[in-house]
Amino acid sequence: MTHTMNRRSFLKASVLTGGGFLLEMSLPASLLGEELGTLVGSKELNAYIKIASDGQITIYSATPEMGQGIKTTLPMVIAEEMGAKWEDVVVLDAPIDPKKFGMQGAGGSTSVPRNFDIMRRMGASAREMLISAASKSMEVNREELEARDSKVIHASGESLTFGQLAASAVRQPVPDPEMLSFKDPRSYTIIGQAISSVDNLVIATGRTEFGIDVDVPGMKYASYTRCPKIGGVAVSFNEAEIKALPGVVDAFILQPDARSGKASMPFLQGLAELQGGVAIVGDDTWSVFAAKAKLKVVWDESSASTDTWTTMVENGRKIALEASGETKKDSDRIDAAFADQNNKVIDTFYQFPYVAHVCMEPMNCTVDFRKGVAGEPDGMEIWVPSQFPGQVVEIAANLLGVAPQNVEVHGTRMGGGFGRRAVHDFAAEAMAISHRAGVPVKLTWTRTDDIHNDFFRVGGFEQYKGAIDPEGKVAALEQHYIGFSKGGQPVIGSGLRGNEFTMSAMKQTRVRQSMIDIRTPCGAWRAPGSNTNAFAEQSFLHELAELAGRDHVEFLIELMGKPRWLDEGNVNAMNTGRAIDVIKLVAEKAGWGRSMPPGRGLGLSFYFCHAAHVAEVAEVTVDSKKNFTVDRVTVAVDVGPIINMSGAISQVQGSVVDGLSTMALQEITMTNGVIDQHNFDDYPVMRIGQTPLIDVHFIQSDNPSTGLGEPALPPLAPAVTNAIYAATGERIRSMPLSHGGYRLV
Amino acid sequence: MSKYKLNVNGENLEVDVVPDMPLLWVLRDKLKLTGTKYGCGIAQCGACTVHIDGLPVRSCVLPISAVAGAVTTIEGLAGDGSLHPLQTAWMEHDVPQCGYCQSGQIMSAAALLASNSSPSDDDIDEALAGNYCRCGTYIRIRAAIHTAASFYNADKAGAA
Repeated sequence: MTHTMNRRSFLKASVLTGGGFLLEMSLPASLLGEELGTLVGSKELNAYIKIASDGQITIYSATPEMGQGIKTTLPMVIAEEMGAKWEDVVVLDAPIDPKKFGMQGAGGSTSVPRNFDIMRRMGASAREMLISAASKSMEVNREELEARDSKVIHASGESLTFGQLAASAVRQPVPDPEMLSFKDPRSYTIIGQAISSVDNLVIATGRTEFGIDVDVPGMKYASYTRCPKIGGVAVSFNEAEIKALPGVVDAFILQPDARSGKASMPFLQGLAELQGGVAIVGDDTWSVFAAKAKLKVVWDESSASTDTWTTMVENGRKIALEASGETKKDSDRIDAAFADQNNKVIDTFYQFPYVAHVCMEPMNCTVDFRKGVAGEPDGMEIWVPSQFPGQVVEIAANLLGVAPQNVEVHGTRMGGGFGRRAVHDFAAEAMAISHRAGVPVKLTWTRTDDIHNDFFRVGGFEQYKGAIDPEGKVAALEQHYIGFSKGGQPVIGSGLRGNEFTMSAMKQTRVRQSMIDIRTPCGAWRAPGSNTNAFAEQSFLHELAELAGRDHVEFLIELMGKPRWLDEGNVNAMNTGRAIDVIKLVAEKAGWGRSMPPGRGLGLSFYFCHAAHVAEVAEVTVDSKKNFTVDRVTVAVDVGPIINMSGAISQVQGSVVDGLSTMALQEITMTNGVIDQHNFDDYPVMRIGQTPLIDVHFIQSDNPSTGLGEPALPPLAPAVTNAIYAATGERIRSMPLSHGGYRLV
Repeated sequence: MSKYKLNVNGENLEVDVVPDMPLLWVLRDKLKLTGTKYGCGIAQCGACTVHIDGLPVRSCVLPISAVAGAVTTIEGLAGDGSLHPLQTAWMEHDVPQCGYCQSGQIMSAAALLASNSSPSDDDIDEALAGNYCRCGTYIRIRAAIHTAASFYNADKAGAA
């Protein structure tokens, strides 16, 4: 099969005096390596590391990149263990090849914990083979050798570069993985540093190839239009008129097809079913977008969704007051505590909306379906910006019967993922269109398609009731979570897992959960479940602290109890000691307790998810018209040792901005199955002038390094609403903040 | 279809397209200059920002028939073999996350620096108010613009 993706230039940047850069074309490192026969390592090592005789070290990144920085982070671990100099490293994207790389996916902030040890082993194996080669060449004991700065150095000072050793290193025995030893973290020179992302040069010069930029010889462009009412089916359309439009070469109806929804990964099951609609194929994107705007489709809406947000809210409020639902936890003294006249009791209702992902790069996919001729089997080449690109192979098999070995997948860089690009409904559409049109096509969604066809962050409701005893302690807490389900099963992100603070750490709690069945598609959205539960839980704990007349920091630390793992032996569980440490640190760094002028306030929150302990303090200013600014957000994080300091701070800054953008501005509603929002004019994203100062602090505890793409987001919303309470005395229990008349400025 | 003469990144060329095709799609699909991005099609997000005679415009809503002036895209922002100070600063500050909006951010910032070589935070916020970053890199964008401005001013001081 021909490869048309490798047209990007290989640029090498050299720093010039005065801060300029010189760009040079250089041979792709992979070609150089193969040409000189300098492959290093075992079968597995070959997949990740290549050393050329000129000393250039190529590390392959096998995990999809969507802005989380993994393409820089994981190669840093390999380079560190090898003893490489980072300046000698070039990082290239690995092909999608599960035989070599296993499951190539990014989601759930798992890429670092899942891969850290594998990367360390890759680096250490290469190092040992380089040392073996040097030991032979120098005729010295390997114990006298050390690898650093891309050299193997003898105690005498004699050294050989990795480039000089590469050809012989490849012939050394591969070390037994069990016998590998690893560097003392105190001697790290790469891990823990702030390293600029490896793709920054191509990004800053506009040369990055995102999925939407893919160009294949003979390619046509496509748009696709689904029924505005989710689940409706196209019956007919103004076909002659559309086909006569300039630049349009074909237009046809696709029938819905459930087969593309079959998925081996359980959480994707049923999501990528092909939805009915009208495809338009043409000479360029504009022609198919312009024609789409002129479509007149007769839809069969008889089995379409009738979901309506205002009805959901009415139902949610009704159910909240019922002692219904599944009891997930109960404790003995709850009812007595609420009945006790000496206790103060508070009863509240929290609400959070559906939201969309709005990745800056709208969903798109390029497919070249090739009909087998003369008895040859059908084949497919596909370019997909995806968090799990390998998963499109089973869609090709289930939808079009293309055998997996005849599908070649190219995963491209993603213009944002946030969970949206785990589901490949758009890829199924592109496959069906290329199959029917008989040409390679690039399907691009309009922004409106991207919003209407989203797998939304699910909305929901939480009823909280609490009792404070005369000593100011929590006597009882009752939580009723009202979420959404499909066919009786909670949708992704709806409902409680069991490790929430109210369920796992607090004693006198009763937790119930009810579900409302819906049709609206829902999916993973940055920290699913946590990003909404944190708002209700951490706001309500602040309400209890206020009811008790106690300082929020002191109150929260008391609730943590003695330092302990809540699930003993599980390093991914919450540890109350780590929680207390980040709360104390954030309070200190934010200047907690200082007196604030009228209209200004500090708000605290803590949340545990993705094995991360994160505490945040927001500082806000609110004027009499409810215009508010978030002046500063202080964040304290414990995710163990940091690998890339720059990337880690970036993820925290981004999570804070994302959290604020969402809570202040964003809400998806639906009326009788139709999504009410269309584009950035009615679904805005936060702008640069609304950005707070963000002050990030890490506790690099002696625990395994874990992921940071998501966990700094959930605590942001309650920190801000708690701060608004401190500034104004008004408690916010409904998102987004525009509901209460608040305007982020 | 009609023929339109264009100057893009210093090169004179001609395209044969419908009059209402926005400049964005001429650049991306006809000239294969894909550094300029589609984000919304209604001039809300700024991902499609290019310069016309040095001024920032949203190419997604500018029909080809209305293009009057020399077009500069991210690919042509710096001369051959060199980088614009903003591009250097973008790397130094490790600005991008996903990277998709960054061409538009840099083009808006370049137009700002061309008219104001020492912008304040407020100047930056105003000049870049039309550019969304969904990943939330705004703090680093601001810092990188200040750094690029210092490169500019150091160059000027050196020349004087």
